[in-house]
Amino acid sequence: MTRQDRIDTLKAAAKERILILDGSWGVMIQRRGLDEQDFRGERFKDHVGQMKGNNDILCLTRPDIITDLHNQYYAAGADISETNTFSATTIAMDDYHLDAQACWDINYEGAKLARAAADAWTAKEPEKPRFVAGSIGPLNKMLSMSSDVNDPGARSVTFDQVYAAYKQQIRALNEGGVDLYLVETITDTLNCKAALKAIMDVEDEGLDKLPIWISGTITDRSGRTLSGQTAEAFWNSVKHAKPFAIGFNCALGADLMRPHIAELARVADTLVAAYPNAGLPNAMGQYDEQPHETAHELHEWAKDGLVNILGGCCGTTPDHIKHVADEVRGFAPRVPPERPKALRLSGLEPFELN
Amino acid sequence: MTTIMTPTFINIGERTNVTGSAKFRKLIVEGNYTAALDVARQQVEAGAQIIDINMDEGLLDAVKAITTFLNLLAAEPDIARVPVMIDSSKWEVIEAGLKCVQGKAIVNSISMKEGEDIFRHHARECLKYGAAVVVMAFDEVGQADTAARKIDICTRAYNILVNEVGFPPEDIIFDPNIFAVATGIEEHDNYAVDFIEATRTIKQTLPYARISGGVSNVSFSFRGNEPVRRAIHSVFLYHAIRAGMDMGIVNAGDLPVYDDIDAELREAVEDVILNRPQRHTALKQRSGSATEYVSNTEWLVDLAPKYKGEKGQVEAKTLAWREGPVAERLKHALVHGITEFIEADTEEARQQAERPLHVIEGPLMAGMNVVGDLFGAGKMFLPQVVKSARVMKQSVAYLMPFMEAEKDGAEHQSAGKILMATVKGDVHDIGKNIVGVVLQCNNYEVVDLGVMVPADRILEEARKHKVDMIGLSGLITPSLDEMVFVAREMQRQGFDIPLLIGGATTSKTHTAVKIEPGYSNGQTVYVLDASRAVGVVSQLLSDTDKAQFIADTRADYEKVRLAYGKGDQKPRSDLTEARAKKFVIDFASEAPVAPTFLGTRTFSPYDLHDLADHIDWTPFFATWELAGRFPDILEDEIVGEAATALYADAQAMLKRILDEKWFEARGVVGFWPANATEDDDIEVYEDETRSKVIARFHTLRQQMKKTRDDQSNTALSDFIAPKGTPDWIGGFAVTAGHGEMEIAAKFKAAGDDYNAILATALADRLAEAFAEALHKRVRRELWAYAADEDLDVAGLIAERYKGIRPAPGYPAQPDHTEKWTLFDLLDARAQAGMELTESLAMTPPASVSGLYFAHPKSHYFGVGKIEKDQVEDYARRKGWSVDEAERWLSPILNYVPS
Repeated sequence: MTRQDRIDTLKAAAKERILILDGSWGVMIQRRGLDEQDFRGERFKDHVGQMKGNNDILCLTRPDIITDLHNQYYAAGADISETNTFSATTIAMDDYHLDAQACWDINYEGAKLARAAADAWTAKEPEKPRFVAGSIGPLNKMLSMSSDVNDPGARSVTFDQVYAAYKQQIRALNEGGVDLYLVETITDTLNCKAALKAIMDVEDEGLDKLPIWISGTITDRSGRTLSGQTAEAFWNSVKHAKPFAIGFNCALGADLMRPHIAELARVADTLVAAYPNAGLPNAMGQYDEQPHETAHELHEWAKDGLVNILGGCCGTTPDHIKHVADEVRGFAPRVPPERPKALRLSGLEPFELN
Repeated sequence: MTTIMTPTFINIGERTNVTGSAKFRKLIVEGNYTAALDVARQQVEAGAQIIDINMDEGLLDAVKAITTFLNLLAAEPDIARVPVMIDSSKWEVIEAGLKCVQGKAIVNSISMKEGEDIFRHHARECLKYGAAVVVMAFDEVGQADTAARKIDICTRAYNILVNEVGFPPEDIIFDPNIFAVATGIEEHDNYAVDFIEATRTIKQTLPYARISGGVSNVSFSFRGNEPVRRAIHSVFLYHAIRAGMDMGIVNAGDLPVYDDIDAELREAVEDVILNRPQRHTALKQRSGSATEYVSNTEWLVDLAPKYKGEKGQVEAKTLAWREGPVAERLKHALVHGITEFIEADTEEARQQAERPLHVIEGPLMAGMNVVGDLFGAGKMFLPQVVKSARVMKQSVAYLMPFMEAEKDGAEHQSAGKILMATVKGDVHDIGKNIVGVVLQCNNYEVVDLGVMVPADRILEEARKHKVDMIGLSGLITPSLDEMVFVAREMQRQGFDIPLLIGGATTSKTHTAVKIEPGYSNGQTVYVLDASRAVGVVSQLLSDTDKAQFIADTRADYEKVRLAYGKGDQKPRSDLTEARAKKFVIDFASEAPVAPTFLGTRTFSPYDLHDLADHIDWTPFFATWELAGRFPDILEDEIVGEAATALYADAQAMLKRILDEKWFEARGVVGFWPANATEDDDIEVYEDETRSKVIARFHTLRQQMKKTRDDQSNTALSDFIAPKGTPDWIGGFAVTAGHGEMEIAAKFKAAGDDYNAILATALADRLAEAFAEALHKRVRRELWAYAADEDLDVAGLIAERYKGIRPAPGYPAQPDHTEKWTLFDLLDARAQAGMELTESLAMTPPASVSGLYFAHPKSHYFGVGKIEKDQVEDYARRKGWSVDEAERWLSPILNYVPS
């Protein structure tokens, strides 16, 4: 199959059923109890500072683990698995003193690992083709939030820098063979908009046009993103990218995320996706929600026709994904509404001129 | 349709435009962005649904100005909630603006004036940035003036955008150019009609496209005569909107309603706008002949001076409440916390009243009842209520001399009298003070004995003042025991009034299990927070509700006791088993790092400015019972307004604290060689020979059953290497509270509880920030085990760093008495002026102390409940009797001691 064939297949599959994304990578990597040496491998053995905790680097230093995790999630029933490249931008990787070449390699090799795993599963089970989403995560620096409490106008990074960092990641993921982009865990919509512009620009520069999945994060019960937008304002800010899917992930468990997903389901004339955490963390920072509990909640969403894609974020495991996949099988996916054309703008809140 | 304020017409604020507002231009040129933001805020408050921002001024670096302004605006949720219109004739300024907005903005404007290619390019970029566009009716030839040219250019632009660029048609807004009429030049007479006709055609032929325009241009020739200009705008919009105009840059708050314009003026304006045939006649002096027709423009120009004198009504609004009767004014001042007029209003009310007391019992109490109702209904929040109390106190203070002057001055009847105190050994009083203020607001008299009050004094004062109930407060766990003691003393001395329990470590469980059984003569009630206080107190004092309330409370506490008696039903480990599952660190692979010095180092004083940068504001709002995370809380739908006002007050006071040096921050840090023992202790050595033990820290181990391989029963000693591997421990004690109590007392004496509580709360935050800032320096430079760490404030608050700083009395080591060891090692009394009370509370109250563990595997955890075997072992290690250990550890025992 060519990549365009796969994209067509993905779009066709989304019309027929609720697609399943994989679950958390952090918790699965943590369980391995890797040490500094595992993270460094041969290539970074003399690298300055600590490498432990840099999960993305494992694409280069422990590819066996990454491949195994893709396989575990595909085996659990995931249609789509994410590349292990959540933080692989030059800005985020600056914490580990990694240069642009290393970032490129993480994204490119991460895409290759996921591609190979997906292709093997598709070959084995042609009736259920598997797809690869290139993970484009948030940055530790934000364009809409001050970096200095005494100067609300201060920014530790510029739009152009964010744009350039994302553009490199996007190119590497595209050339490494992902089927779609997943701009995820968006805390600052302006950072996201820089990534979206980079995607549109690389298309103009000749790279394959891939579907875009945009996933924001409602950080708490305030019902807003960290940068302050409501769900509908967020949608108005990003819909120009004509995304394949829009949704939320992280920060909340399924119960608290539901109203915000329902809001997107109402306003967005595209697929709606959600991958909540396994509940809220307990006092020790661990997630207690059991696979059947997550699956039960998401089963309700599927029954109510709220969603097109489901998966898991922090604290979820292949077992959670398996339960979710089993519980929502057979439910019709949400049918995106036809919305009347209208001038829709946003600040922190939506604006609509009817 | 009779007004321009229809729901479908969008007002775009025009005051943040340097070309349209001289005031705004001046502010921006001077760099006064704070005042410039206020201009934006006023527009949004006045109803602008979009704000137009324009920095095109010759003296300005417009790219820089728009970037600065938009970045600042992003931090103002009450402004940033609306979309912005980025207005510039220069593309680079527009692009700079687009790089600063997370929302979907409107670009104003792009056009074909430099040809189709550049137009396409700009349109494509706007699409990628996710913006709607205003397209000016402007091409290579020039701006379109006639209706035909306007329609022609807009149609061409529409086809390029929709068919070539792929621009969503609903995101296109045309500006077909509004030009000035009534200029005296005949060719201009039809400009308004051209705009209106072009609008009508475009709306019919170009689907989904919208129409906008800069309205004030149309009246340009009447500069200086604002009433006539406003009338022109109103009439113009009346007709343009009917033709399909969707939005306009206009100061809508200023516009008269079409129907309200004087008929003579309105007709004259309408003749001009619609370019009607001449129909006015006037005696032309110069010809000396009979009547002649004059132009519509001449007619309006002649009429205009007559309407020039009318004044706007802008200012009247803010002080409109001053017009009402005095009782209404007092109520308004109380509800809004305004002290500005309180003395004058109180005096006026006093003169109208028969007796000064009647002012309190009449309008003041009526006002406070409204405050109480609003608070109860969740429509006012604590900071606002405390401000209301300040107004009340000042009013009462004014009346006091008059009441004393009355010979037979009968005392004001309060709803009840409550004694409040922070118990012996404890110095924390923010919560108690807040409860006191809330009660006073509800007409209860509060006798506040302050902090560190021994039981005998509490009871003596209670008798002396004949109080109706006693409220006890405390923050640290040893205070719980003191409360039990007070309750027993009340029983012994024959009291039967209700006893209220509150404060951070108190709980319903502790109250039910430990306090209530000791005081059977009266009722003990746990009060969760200040918002519950009034409900509890009023029920306890109510003739009708009291019996039922007490019966319910007793039944509830009985249930709590039964549940507690069953203990923690989850599986437990005995101490041997728990030690076998200790948290294992491989100290060979991750070797401990030596600190850069041994012994102590003092920071007295420490720069408060540096600490202000490290403040974590979220707990500050929690102190005031405003729930939510900072800065999101400032825009919270429910408490956002209260939080924003509180934050502004806090910032203003913080500035004074820094400028006027109200507080002094002092602290001490120390590092020592140390090793863990087999039985969960940490030996601290005099020097690197590790031969002489100068102190011993005792730690407690988790005893919940852990089954999984990756789980352990952790104690703090697990984070320190056993003998044989050199390791180190650190400790610190910091305070930002020198000066705190004096400042708070000063405000209180002036009847200003609001600022007293604010000052105390800020001292607490500064102390926490001190601990945070010092920890950072320890990690990076003093111990230097994480020299390359670089985290911003958000990262620090999220504790994304390595190593921990647990405090005695908190979950990882619940035993407060470890502070004695720590304070001795640090010599904290001499080095930082800090003391410990008999209950291990630190003074000054705004203080923090703790241990430092540097190992990257060290982490925060909670010891949880412990079993008797560990208590016995711990007593042995501490040199205590088991009874003594059970007393200090009572909050965490998983059994009822005999």
